[in-house]
Amino acid sequence: MSEKPKIALYWCASCGGCEEAVLDLAEKVLDLVNAVDIVFWPVAVDFKIEDVEKLPDKSITASLINGGIRLTEHEKVVKLLRQKSQYVIAYGACSAWGGIPGLANLYKREELLSRAYFEVPTVVNEEKVLPRTYKDEELGIEVEVPEVLPRLLPLDRVIEVDYYVPGCPPTPDVTWNAIQALLSGNLPPKGSVIGASSKALCDECPLNETKPDKLLIKEFKRITEFTPDPEKCLLAQGLPCLGPVTRGGCGALCIKANMPCTGCFGMLDNVSDYGAKALSFLASILDVEDEKEVERQVKEKIADLVGRLYRYTLPSSKLGGKVFKR
Amino acid sequence: MAEFKPKIVVFACNWCTYAALDLAGTSRMKYPANFRVIKVMCSGRVDPQFVLEAFKQGADGVIVAGCHPGDCHYVNGNMKTLRRMTMLKKMLEEMGIEKERFRLEWISAAEATKWVQVANEMVEQVKALGPLKPRLEVKE
Repeated sequence: MSEKPKIALYWCASCGGCEEAVLDLAEKVLDLVNAVDIVFWPVAVDFKIEDVEKLPDKSITASLINGGIRLTEHEKVVKLLRQKSQYVIAYGACSAWGGIPGLANLYKREELLSRAYFEVPTVVNEEKVLPRTYKDEELGIEVEVPEVLPRLLPLDRVIEVDYYVPGCPPTPDVTWNAIQALLSGNLPPKGSVIGASSKALCDECPLNETKPDKLLIKEFKRITEFTPDPEKCLLAQGLPCLGPVTRGGCGALCIKANMPCTGCFGMLDNVSDYGAKALSFLASILDVEDEKEVERQVKEKIADLVGRLYRYTLPSSKLGGKVFKR
Repeated sequence: MAEFKPKIVVFACNWCTYAALDLAGTSRMKYPANFRVIKVMCSGRVDPQFVLEAFKQGADGVIVAGCHPGDCHYVNGNMKTLRRMTMLKKMLEEMGIEKERFRLEWISAAEATKWVQVANEMVEQVKALGPLKPRLEVKE
């Protein structure tokens, strides 16, 4: 009987990119499989929920959970994994802070369902059917459909989370660092981010040397307006790159592709609301002293302020999403 | 039903607005008692996170106030405030918080009367909107 550490992987509301990110370990996947027993991984391995239920409590060394909590089913499964695991890892931006699917918190649940099931041009649904639990007469069974929660929640609003692995998705290096930290037991205090850097992205950015000491820009530019010089700090060229307020560890992948940072590694330590911090930063480098001009630039150059600054973190923000009238 | 008494958080700079609030007090001017004043060294110290945290913790309105542009004790701290709070106003609007709940004001140390006027207006407009806190709680 092997005594290898047991690992479980699960996905909630996510695109599947985080699952791929595990496979992006390439040949290291074989090292991983040699080192651990995978006891649950719905995407890749044929174990069922009942198999997890049969395991003793705390017998899984670590559960890596990606995706935000959107359905009652997600809630149920992550609570079970919490009970069975020593460590729970929020793996990827969606699980840690809500991620892209978390932008749905700008709408009410009813609006989302109506959009997805009635209004989308490719949907034909004349009887206005919504997903629901129903009895299948032919089979004589109850077909259970999980319910959509009123809001998408980050994992740590539903269960206790021990560590966070950032990224959309986490890069192979970050994933591998995190797995090594877990297997070696060489872990920082609970609640920390593992696998990534503790410094801002600028620290590892190859363009950092060309960043001016005093960074001030007269006008923000959009990436569609020009082709940036790949040898010069993107901020200095007027692009609202979020590197200074974003955790490093990704290896500045987007910047190497001449695209500004959009913030997928999330906030640095001691920041609780990424969007507010990013807003504060962008405002401080804008060299404009006229309110109307600030308003114009926000409207024309940043355009979607909440979507841009809270792209990966809306559900974990202080307001958690849009505040609706009662 | 009991009358709605809005809670309004004021971030006041040490050099101008806080002095104006003091002057209003020593001059025995009257204004509503709805304000929780937090003194900061400069309005440029006010991180947008503070404003969101105030709303989260139950403020129905927030005022950020400092020296007039050009009069900042730290030369240009309030210009940063101007840009930050202008952007924050837009963000709050997109997040569904009415613009009347958030106000940026320049109030010098001598303008106690201006403070009283701002205070009265703010209480009136926030009262008209009703409490914010219950709207932040989404049923799980």
